[in-house]
Amino acid sequence: MPQILLNGETHEIAAPLSVTALLERLGIDTRRVAVERNLVVVRRAHYDSEIVSEGDEVEIVNFVGGG
Amino acid sequence: MDPLVIAGRSFQSRLIVGTGKYPSNPVMVQAHDASGAEMVTVAVRRVNISDRSRESLLDYIDISRYTLLPNTAGCYTADEAVRTARLAREAGLSHWVKLEVIGDEKTLFPDNEALLEATRVLVKEGFVVLPYTTDDPVVCRKLEDAGAAAVMPLGAPIGSGLGIQNTNNIRIIREFSHVPVIVDAGVGTASDASLAMELGADAVLMNTAIAGAREPVTMARAMRLAVEAGRLAYTAGRIPRRMYANASSPVEGLVGR
Repeated sequence: MPQILLNGETHEIAAPLSVTALLERLGIDTRRVAVERNLVVVRRAHYDSEIVSEGDEVEIVNFVGGG
Repeated sequence: MDPLVIAGRSFQSRLIVGTGKYPSNPVMVQAHDASGAEMVTVAVRRVNISDRSRESLLDYIDISRYTLLPNTAGCYTADEAVRTARLAREAGLSHWVKLEVIGDEKTLFPDNEALLEATRVLVKEGFVVLPYTTDDPVVCRKLEDAGAAAVMPLGAPIGSGLGIQNTNNIRIIREFSHVPVIVDAGVGTASDASLAMELGADAVLMNTAIAGAREPVTMARAMRLAVEAGRLAYTAGRIPRRMYANASSPVEGLVGR
């Protein structure tokens, strides 16, 4: 199984998939997060076309309480 | 009260509040309301992949009422802060950022060199940058020259509640700056916020002083009044300090003299 590094932990994916598909699989509401692939922010408009594949480093963040 | 203007945008409230460390989200909602704030800070963190049950902070912030000011809290390098700011822009669809680059774990004092570097990068990318800095007039001037939309000197270490430690520096920073001066961090109680405003600060940003109070909602109201009172006192122009008394009642016409 291909692996990616997702938020610092290894994560298995069946095959390369779009950011939209990855977020869906993880059950994450796309409106409230931001995604970075290999240190570059993925624009929302590119979620369908941006492909995550073997060895990619992906960060998915959201807003939490802070000062 | 005269409005606060940052990067061409007007705010009626001169109090900016955080969203961290409240006893609960409903208490935070009430405290925000009582504070009268129009801008709230938020932090950017990794989504918990394994546990998706946790509530989203944004369920408790009416973004039609409050402007979100994402921070880069916890970043220790310019690179980390820039990455975080870019992610925040994508998540919040806002190009405003409270820029923090921390230089020391114990004091959470900023690394001003890295802060300047990150400010330059983000300004070039079109961000409205509000940097959290030490209360150093020279650093504040450099940040302004680098394109910061405001400067945010600390009153005391983050979460310390010590109040404004160097009143003279805040006054000098106000005198030197052509952008708003926002005292960020160190406020413990209402008089600290008033003092910051009386010194000429254009706004005050706080989190722990409200969220950590025994009654956060009551403290939020106290801070709202304190910031207003301090601003009005600054605008009104205080009397000079004198060593000796100066009678308020007439010295002539005294009975029996």
